[in-house]
Amino acid sequence: MKEISELLFPDDIRYTKDHEWARLEDGTVRIGISDYAQDQLGDVVFVEVPEVGATFNRGEECGTLESVKAVGSLYIPVSGEIVAVNNDLEESPALVNSAPYGGGWIAEVKPSDLSELDTLMSSKDYLEMLKGMTQ
Amino acid sequence: MNEFGGTTGLILEEPLLTEKGKKGRMGMSLPRRDIERAPMDETLKGEGPRLPDLSEVEVVRHYTRLSTWNFGVDTGLYPLGSCTMKYNPKTNERQAALTGFAGAHPLLPEKLSQGALKIMYELERFLAEITGMDSVSLQPSAGAHGEFAGMLVFHAYHKSKGSNRTKIIVPDTAHGTNPASAALCGFSPVNVKSNERGVLSPEAIAAVMDEQTAGIMVTNPNTLGFFEENIKEIAEIVHARGGLVYADGANMNAVMGIVSMGDIGIDVLHLNLHKTFSTPHGGGGPGAGPVCVKRHLERFLPVPRVVEQGGRYRLSYDFPHSIGKLHAFYGNVGIMIRAYSYILSLGPELKRVSQLAVLNANYVKEKLKDTLHLPYDRPCMHECVFSDKLQAPLKVTTLDMVKRLIDYGFHPPTIYFPLVVHGAIMIEPTETESREEIDRFIRAFKEVVKEAGEDPERLHKAPHSTKVRRLDETAAARNPRLTCF
Repeated sequence: MKEISELLFPDDIRYTKDHEWARLEDGTVRIGISDYAQDQLGDVVFVEVPEVGATFNRGEECGTLESVKAVGSLYIPVSGEIVAVNNDLEESPALVNSAPYGGGWIAEVKPSDLSELDTLMSSKDYLEMLKGMTQ
Repeated sequence: MNEFGGTTGLILEEPLLTEKGKKGRMGMSLPRRDIERAPMDETLKGEGPRLPDLSEVEVVRHYTRLSTWNFGVDTGLYPLGSCTMKYNPKTNERQAALTGFAGAHPLLPEKLSQGALKIMYELERFLAEITGMDSVSLQPSAGAHGEFAGMLVFHAYHKSKGSNRTKIIVPDTAHGTNPASAALCGFSPVNVKSNERGVLSPEAIAAVMDEQTAGIMVTNPNTLGFFEENIKEIAEIVHARGGLVYADGANMNAVMGIVSMGDIGIDVLHLNLHKTFSTPHGGGGPGAGPVCVKRHLERFLPVPRVVEQGGRYRLSYDFPHSIGKLHAFYGNVGIMIRAYSYILSLGPELKRVSQLAVLNANYVKEKLKDTLHLPYDRPCMHECVFSDKLQAPLKVTTLDMVKRLIDYGFHPPTIYFPLVVHGAIMIEPTETESREEIDRFIRAFKEVVKEAGEDPERLHKAPHSTKVRRLDETAAARNPRLTCF
């Protein structure tokens, strides 16, 4: 496992206390899990993505990630409808580990209330929270 | 001699049985035919099974060699937490192998099966006495099967009351099979977090218990190795709102003869004969997970049930409210005989089993708590849970340390469970290990941690002296290769 200083937390995305990230792209929000979350889970071997067309309220469980060590839940960072999922994860769940913010994205949400995004943490706040947790 | 027992030696390779032998070879002699040859019905003819042709010595060497690659409780200390890998006394095997038992067929009439039925009847009574419950069914064939039976009893109870409850409370320190068993019966598990002491608080249960909730599944002692000290109050809260209390008794080894589950508000409990009662364990069975209930739930127990009338025993299906049959015939009877033998061997000393199991776990906890991070520093029951937090800066993980323990001659403890402790190392020494053996284990763990500071690479690559080295668990999970012949 890595030190927090070795992990990457890009500035252009928002984070949740449950270690998901959310990025606004042309009106939809792309979601995934943070570098910290993938590092804690270890090698991901299976990702259960939500169904396209399903709707969730913020904080509801919308998928699961299974690693050799544990099974983790994916909680949706913003309310809305799932409009796309990353089908590459079926063949290559390792993308979540190797590129958590890129090829390892999990789903795209059409948000029902875009202002929810503003209530999520900035990379600076998220990093502060992680430092507090590990002390 | 190496202090720790772990050493290297000649390891013999062995192919699959299908890759051995020669056409026409045979391990037995068939008796000479003494009747006339009769033609076989054409419809029964076909290709025979693809079984290899082998001699007796080829088969014996095959399995003997495979057994030398293995590690079991007869080989050494096996501190797999929450699994209670205690030694299986050989007298149990001897009793189960008695011709009258080993040769008994489940289709024999009842008058020729009185011995087996009597043992089953009496074992039920023993287990009821040990747990403080009223009635027992020995039928479920494993712990999770017992949980499943218990959940069916919950469902039958609520149905009899005309209610249709949909939820079950499952704490984060329960065994992983609990939410699965509840879900299999159509209930939605509701997760509840344990408090800062590692146990459930009554307030947390009161907050989620409602009229839609069928009850709670508590593992007690829980997977952090702590006794749920608020269980009575929790049971009152659940009962007051019409729910039932299920206890996962897989950790019963800590409280035999000490806690009466019936008196602390438990309605349904399962036991693992293959853990607490020293019957063989691992490799997928056969096991036994008897389900024990309080009087008011007795009518829902699985059928058939063993009943006694004037000193005669029979199997009865005459229980109209029963949840039904869960197993062919009456479960794994050979396992029941072993447990019966164990209970009779120890008698009132069963209480001492639990006392020593708890003492051993606390000894390990105290001796290792300066070496490994101990997240909950308080007296434990039958197992203690450490983490790899102190070794994290060295880039050495729980997995690395326990793999290295194998080189010292010890089976790894349970790892990465319970999930509430990050990088968990869960150690359950059981009562059957001697002080010297436990001391060796403790010294070995300290050596491993010392190595973590001096040569982390040695740990990353461990084990070094086994037949197969570190297995790639990730590749196995991502690309499982399932073959059969």
